[in-house]
Amino acid sequence: MDERDLKLDIQCYHCGDNCSGNPIQFDDKSFCCDGCKTVYAILNKSDLCEYYDLNAAPGTSQRSRYRKDKFAFLDLPEVQQKLIQYSDAEQVHLTFYLPQMHCSSCLWLLENVYQINRGIVSSHVNFGKKEVFIIYNPKEVSLRGVVETLADIGYEPHISLDQMDRSQAMAPHRTRLYKIGLAGFCFANIMMMSFPEYVLGNSVIEPSLAFTFKALIILLSIPVLFYCASEFFVSAWGGLKHKHLNIDAPVALALVVTFGRSLYEVYMGGHGYFDSMAGIVFFMLIGRWLQDRTYQAVSFDRDFKSFFPIAVNVLKDGHAAPVTVDKLRADDVIQIHSQEIIPVDAILSKGNALIDYSFVSGESAPVSVAKGEIVYAGGKQVGGKLELIVVKEVSQSYLTNLWNKEVAHRQQAVNHTVIDTISTYFTYIVLVIGLMAGIYWYVQGEPQLMWNAWTTILIVACPCALLLSSNFTNGNILRILSLNKFYLRSPEVIEKMSKISHIVFDKTGTLTQHRKSKITYEGQILSREEQEQIADVLSQSSHPATKAILAYLETDAQHEVKDFKLTEGKGVEAWINEHYYKIGSPAFAGIEKSDTKGSQVVVAKDGVVKGIFQVSNVYRFGIFDLVQKLKNRFRLSVLSGDNDAEAPVLKNYFVDNESMLFHQKPDDKLEYVRHLQENGSGQVMMIGDGLNDAGALRQSDVGIAVTDSDNTFTPASDGIIDAQRLANLDKFLAFAKDGHRIITVSFVISIFYNVIGLYFAVQGILSPLIAAILMPSSSVSIILITYGLSEWMAKYRGLQIENSNNKIQKA
Amino acid sequence: MSAGIMIMILLMSITIAGGFLAAFLWSVKNGQYDDDYSPAHRALFDSKTKKDKNKTNSNI
Repeated sequence: MDERDLKLDIQCYHCGDNCSGNPIQFDDKSFCCDGCKTVYAILNKSDLCEYYDLNAAPGTSQRSRYRKDKFAFLDLPEVQQKLIQYSDAEQVHLTFYLPQMHCSSCLWLLENVYQINRGIVSSHVNFGKKEVFIIYNPKEVSLRGVVETLADIGYEPHISLDQMDRSQAMAPHRTRLYKIGLAGFCFANIMMMSFPEYVLGNSVIEPSLAFTFKALIILLSIPVLFYCASEFFVSAWGGLKHKHLNIDAPVALALVVTFGRSLYEVYMGGHGYFDSMAGIVFFMLIGRWLQDRTYQAVSFDRDFKSFFPIAVNVLKDGHAAPVTVDKLRADDVIQIHSQEIIPVDAILSKGNALIDYSFVSGESAPVSVAKGEIVYAGGKQVGGKLELIVVKEVSQSYLTNLWNKEVAHRQQAVNHTVIDTISTYFTYIVLVIGLMAGIYWYVQGEPQLMWNAWTTILIVACPCALLLSSNFTNGNILRILSLNKFYLRSPEVIEKMSKISHIVFDKTGTLTQHRKSKITYEGQILSREEQEQIADVLSQSSHPATKAILAYLETDAQHEVKDFKLTEGKGVEAWINEHYYKIGSPAFAGIEKSDTKGSQVVVAKDGVVKGIFQVSNVYRFGIFDLVQKLKNRFRLSVLSGDNDAEAPVLKNYFVDNESMLFHQKPDDKLEYVRHLQENGSGQVMMIGDGLNDAGALRQSDVGIAVTDSDNTFTPASDGIIDAQRLANLDKFLAFAKDGHRIITVSFVISIFYNVIGLYFAVQGILSPLIAAILMPSSSVSIILITYGLSEWMAKYRGLQIENSNNKIQKA
Repeated sequence: MSAGIMIMILLMSITIAGGFLAAFLWSVKNGQYDDDYSPAHRALFDSKTKKDKNKTNSNI
């Protein structure tokens, strides 16, 4: 939100936005728009206003309400079939993704929708995934009716091609929990049954009892090794197949040796290391679980399909009927309404096309298209209704090709993380120490001790502490970053972030605020009357620049506008009160284009130029402070799909001209990033929004997508950051480096434990008791140290470490 | 110390612990760990809704 306009404004009761201008009064409450008022009215009627008691202004802005026939495509059987999970005569089950869901009020309302639409039998929210599972009665309401009910109360489901193709994958999350539960159970019981022997010694316990203990211990450790620890073996084997020793290889080796050695011990009447084995498996699984907890509601792998509509209206014999996008064929005539995305390359046949390609090209000003010209898929119509003739099918459109080209770049080499590198050395060192100890004891003529030393070295030198330290540190860092609205795809990204040396910013939508512009006026001072007249002329046009100027002029007088004429892409002209106004581009209004660049709207009254409205970008709050802070530590660049109007402003912050590039197409951005990488600029971080940055985001070492709210869609990336937190980027980068340091510190500590263990092991005197004390205590202390250090560093860096969203605000 | 009793106690304790393990696995399978936000808040709503309804009823 803009800090400046907060002062005198009344906030909308529904969404909390500023009711700039004149708020709509209803039921003694103020609303910013009709949409918000409508939602309130519906809730009020159904006696569901508790929604507003749970949280202040819990709604999302309803300025863009859905069009009447928008959901007509849901009547198509093929669409229904893909969405519905189960159906019979009485019940239909299905799940919707509702990106607007953000607080406990949403949860409450969505589980009470049955009170609004009686056809809905029940609804169940999964807040983590922002999904609602709905059961409705097909005799009372249609699928379309259900969706329209949700849209009416401000939760329009996101239904995309992408989602329709997706199969539900829920399994991995639960499997890990099964494994942890089982490993914990086995660990605790093995420990309990090992205890008597540690305390009393082998001789005191009755033989039959000792036998039962051992039999049960072996029985319990079998599922630990073969089920719970299976992922370590799978991963180690996968690494070996690619001739690469990953961290799981020594772990797997240690587990096998521990198990084998312990069986032998038991056979010889000894005790074995089963408790240690179960313990490390348990701790390592917890570590992995913490690290891999994903943000279910955040998707890092969206492709263009999530942005496209599912169906469009096709005109046939004068009737418009919805057809799914994949069924569009060349020469079909389609209808596109205002604010809709064009799904295919097509030729304009009817209507005033004003296409916003910012999504595809990064150019923020809409382009007007003449009849007979081609309109590319991915463009968004900002003018009125259009009719288009399809040229190519979806799968062959320009955008699809662009995307597929980028996917090819994605094939990157397997990334070797620091921990993998260390583990390789680690494995070799351990093997060498084991071999040397073995040889030593063999030469000493003690073959029994030789085996003893060799196996226990492998057991005690298990790199589980190394693994734990990185898992727990990364897990906690991911958690803290997500509290600060910075979501990373995977723990590897933290490590990559700590090595960044060059940061590339996109301009439009990243440095600047989305769809917000600042107006400055130069020229003769306009009288109040003139201002009103200009506003009246401009209010006839739908060009975004005119909207910005109207907001700047702040008048709502109504004069009679005569002979209004619009020249698409140029400007407007009209008569008001015997004055002839011509407003538009410099050429249109009759002056040479001046030196100052950027979007200009020139006003001429009765053939005399009065002045120029300069439309410029609004930069995000705190963005230049951020740039100043980053400047000393990183090289910075700006790429923009726009013209170079903003160059003078940016010049103050981004020094050399080489690092500021304008008129960049998506391909150019990708090439620029690659150029940096190939010319020794080190690791490159790309920060952008929109599909036009998608290629560069993927090419870069760390691609971060900026999003204005949780519910806008971001291109595939390594991380997603809330636009309002972008100013904290320097802190995040520093924190990622801290994470690296914490891992190093805990590595050193775990090596210290390993040395103690090895001290006993090389002498062949590592008893199960020592192992049972040493291994869990090293694990627990590593966990505490990494957790404590990362919390402390986060506090030191000024990051938020507590969840403030979860608390229910009581009015 | 009688070994027989010890073994019996041991088996009982493992059976009980196994029962808890089964309960845990069941709860995971049931989806109780899929969403850690909704259930906690849902519990709060229910009681409040009733109270509110009572209030409005008594007012009428």
